[in-house]
Amino acid sequence: MARILSILVDGRLLEVSEGITVAAALLNAGEDAFRDSVSGRPRGPVCGMGICFECRVTIDGVRGRRACLERVSPGMRVITRE
Amino acid sequence: MSRLRDVSVDVAVIGGGPAGIAAATRGSEAGKRVLVLDEAPHLGGQIWRHLSRESLPAKARTWLERFDRSGAEGLTETSVVDLQDSRVLAVRWNEEVRVRAPHVIIATGARELLLPFPGWTLPNVMGVGGLQALVKSGASVVGKRVALAGAGPLVLPVAAALARAGARLVVVADRTSASRVLRFAASLAGRPGELWEGVRYRAQFAGTRYRWGTRVISAAGESRVQEATFTAGGRTWTEPVDLLGAAAGLVPNTELARLAGCEVRGGVVMVDALQQSSRAGVWCAGEPAGVGGVDLALLEGEIAGLDAAGQPVPQSLQKARDAGRAHARRLDLAFGLDAVELPPPETIVCRCEDVPCSAFDKSWTMRQAKLYTRAGMGPCQGRVCGAALHAMFGWAPDSVRAPLVPTPVASLISTLESSDATT
Repeated sequence: MARILSILVDGRLLEVSEGITVAAALLNAGEDAFRDSVSGRPRGPVCGMGICFECRVTIDGVRGRRACLERVSPGMRVITRE
Repeated sequence: MSRLRDVSVDVAVIGGGPAGIAAATRGSEAGKRVLVLDEAPHLGGQIWRHLSRESLPAKARTWLERFDRSGAEGLTETSVVDLQDSRVLAVRWNEEVRVRAPHVIIATGARELLLPFPGWTLPNVMGVGGLQALVKSGASVVGKRVALAGAGPLVLPVAAALARAGARLVVVADRTSASRVLRFAASLAGRPGELWEGVRYRAQFAGTRYRWGTRVISAAGESRVQEATFTAGGRTWTEPVDLLGAAAGLVPNTELARLAGCEVRGGVVMVDALQQSSRAGVWCAGEPAGVGGVDLALLEGEIAGLDAAGQPVPQSLQKARDAGRAHARRLDLAFGLDAVELPPPETIVCRCEDVPCSAFDKSWTMRQAKLYTRAGMGPCQGRVCGAALHAMFGWAPDSVRAPLVPTPVASLISTLESSDATT
């Protein structure tokens, strides 16, 4: 079994399996709006492979990270819709 | 601030999917110093995307283990932003990576062709392969109502994988007409293995009908998708869904090859019998040289890797590659995109800049569309809407410029062209 670790998503503590991506962790927690579009509509992951940039979130203070390409790590801080 | 990593190798391979893995393995086994760069957390590409290697099919494990033994190096979570002559510029988190390599193998794979329809921008509407990629990355679909609306050979294995992962498949649809598929099936007589594989996948979601000649025309929901509407043979109906995977096929990723100056025709990188591009010192293997699937990608990778390492390429490999190419052409004839219907005018086409279909004039070029509407100017740099606009209006892609991927660091670093003075 994969180890469980904790990440903070918009200030909420999530227990997630080691090795999964940030996108998977957010979707499993029911967080499907990752960002707001230029006209303010919610968007979530589409291509799952780093092409579409719809899943970009702020990770550990760095904006515009693609959640589908990033694995969760202990204590990681994720901010959506920034 | 960004740190700099300078590496010098004999062969740089861009993309760590099957083609890149095979190329790097062969090159390294021939005694060359080989480095593979890939954006994902693991090597393997989309088809071999995994959380643990035990979950992979035997062929994938064999190749990845052979790659490990070969001594080739892999640098993951690394995005290539520029390629000029024998120099590759990439970014990895806050680190700038510069690779000097007299031989470069482009194995950048393919992406999905995503055609706009009303509601396709809602959360939980994804690509067909996109949905599978997220599941392979740890997203759970247990008990979720999932609809798939795709085109071609990808739909079947994705539907099977989703069923195995616990999804409730409410619709599995393929826009290809049944008559085209029957013609293709007849041509498969010489490849019983493929038919058998299809039957095996099909059995895994036996409770759900596979609908040919069916496509999704809209999705709707409050703040996420809640229902999707399909059409087939004049009949239109709506199903409640939690997740919708929608795509119309695959598009080769040729941006890097185009940036490097390789000749690209009909959306495909031109290569010779040894997978060499029109640019000296640059090879291309796998989907960018024409979508053909994992077995063909492996063969092309092997050929490119051997040739880039200065090794003779066995005739048997080239013959198998040629047979694979011929089969890929048959697949394309069967499942290639028919005429595309334009979505309603208010439908968003460019997702980065929220540009609706009504903003475009079909007499334009892609360059004009960019200038007048900002379509293709956002972070994805037209990788999604560019392919859709090509399918909708026939517009050829606009020229490519570095940096290929916008990253926080890419805004701080120079591209290879402008950095010549400083190196």
